[in-house]
Amino acid sequence: MIEFLWLVASVCFILALSGLSTQATARRGNLLGVIGMVLGIGATLASGRPNPLWMVAAMVPAAVLGAVIANRIRMESMPQFVALLHSFVGVGAMLVGVAGYYNHPSETLDAARVVHLVECYLGVIIGAITFTGSVVAFGKLQEWISSKPLLYPGRHMVTGGLFLVSLGLGAAFVMTQGAVPLWVGAALAGILGVLLVMSIGGADMPVVVSMLNSYSGWAAAATGFLLGNDLLIITGALVGSSGAILSHIMCKAMNRSLFNVILGGFGATAAGGPSEEAARLAAKGVKSTAVDDVVELMRISRQVIIVPGYGMAVAQAQHAVREMTELLQKEGATVRYAIHPVAGRLPGHMNVLLAEANVPYPIVLEMDDINQDFSDTDLVLVLGANDIVNPDALENPQSALAGMPVLEVWKSRTVVTIKRGLNPGFAGIDNPLYYRDNSLMLFGDARKMVEGLVNALKGAGHH
Amino acid sequence: MDEFVQHLTVFVLACFVGYQVIWKVTPALHTPLMSVTNAISGIVVVGAMLSVGEEMGIATVLALIGLFVATINIAGGFLVTQRMLSMFRKR
Repeated sequence: MIEFLWLVASVCFILALSGLSTQATARRGNLLGVIGMVLGIGATLASGRPNPLWMVAAMVPAAVLGAVIANRIRMESMPQFVALLHSFVGVGAMLVGVAGYYNHPSETLDAARVVHLVECYLGVIIGAITFTGSVVAFGKLQEWISSKPLLYPGRHMVTGGLFLVSLGLGAAFVMTQGAVPLWVGAALAGILGVLLVMSIGGADMPVVVSMLNSYSGWAAAATGFLLGNDLLIITGALVGSSGAILSHIMCKAMNRSLFNVILGGFGATAAGGPSEEAARLAAKGVKSTAVDDVVELMRISRQVIIVPGYGMAVAQAQHAVREMTELLQKEGATVRYAIHPVAGRLPGHMNVLLAEANVPYPIVLEMDDINQDFSDTDLVLVLGANDIVNPDALENPQSALAGMPVLEVWKSRTVVTIKRGLNPGFAGIDNPLYYRDNSLMLFGDARKMVEGLVNALKGAGHH
Repeated sequence: MDEFVQHLTVFVLACFVGYQVIWKVTPALHTPLMSVTNAISGIVVVGAMLSVGEEMGIATVLALIGLFVATINIAGGFLVTQRMLSMFRKR
């Protein structure tokens, strides 16, 4: 009976994920996920395992704590929150792995026992890497730790060495069945997780978080193997492939290989110099503009596209942006949003922020669906985005961004970029977009500037 | 060993299912996808429950801590997903 209920729970989880294929079915999907979880936990509680009261006593306060955090967390902080949750899965998997060892500390070393010990060790190691890696990712996203990659001489030797020693300790663990190699292996894996994420720069955070999402799945699957439990194996495999696919999508959107991201260091090395064309344009300087002039432009624009980036989230400008969108629509303009896959610090982060600000999702488009429309666009407003609109990615083979798919905003009639100053983006790469003839800079805080535009548009409506 | 191969079969098939299902997820919902996968990977609670023993030994203590941590994940993950999904509106 319990196995049957676990199977139903697995099916619920698959349906929960497939529900996310459309907005219309997404909420039902989440509900199915909850049902699956209740079935999985309920069946286990009712199965006559020892000490169910202890279990409930551990779970109730945790559920309350989780609910409180989930209700309070700001949408801007979602990347940190997700990283934190990954670390919890890592801890959970690690502890289950260690508990699995202590429940059967020493037995005859036959083939089945070797498999058991390997599963145990893998669960602990993957769990530990997920745990510490996610904690560091959390620290970087929360800006408690510098988002710059940590680089030191011979770091590939150090991480490679740690990896090999962990493998060796695994062999020792299987042969001796002793607790020491297990704990030391876990500690080394924990250090490895810290070093791996420390060496990855802020621009690669979407990939890191996706990758840790994947690790957390594999960690859960490993505990499933350890306990011979198909529900854990299936769920772990689903989550593991989900994170892997997200990492792949993010890497493709940056034209980087996953290996290249994991090796780290991107954004700290000197980028290729600007092309001659860019240098010529840069010599001319940028054209700075003012709120009133942008409003004049807006009033004659029919097709408007807004390109948001992480800067919009930092300035919390999304509500003002929505108000501006409505005012422009009232004036008869078609306003749409263009979302680059790596805009923000988390896949899909911009969509959530815009949804929170009540921007209807049908006007929020993915890069591939809107990129061909820029040439028919009167006005593009770039808000707190930089690398994702850099023409060098397509035009300068020497650029560090070369080959990365970008939003081709420069093809529109006019591009207005709202930005604090001319300092380069997250990846530390200069952006020749700003020196183009059809490019205007509106210098200032994104939120203050958009609020200025909103006020001016309100005034302009009554002429 | 037979048992291991059986579980491996389930694992490999589930990876394929995951691959098919995840590619169909709309990119606009990638953040809720992350939070919901976070919530369901809290299923390690079942593993933790199966590791709780009769007595308060080291395995049981570790399992109970695991139970606590993974439950934060479940509640937090599902609730925050619900919060996000309720924000998406057509008009």
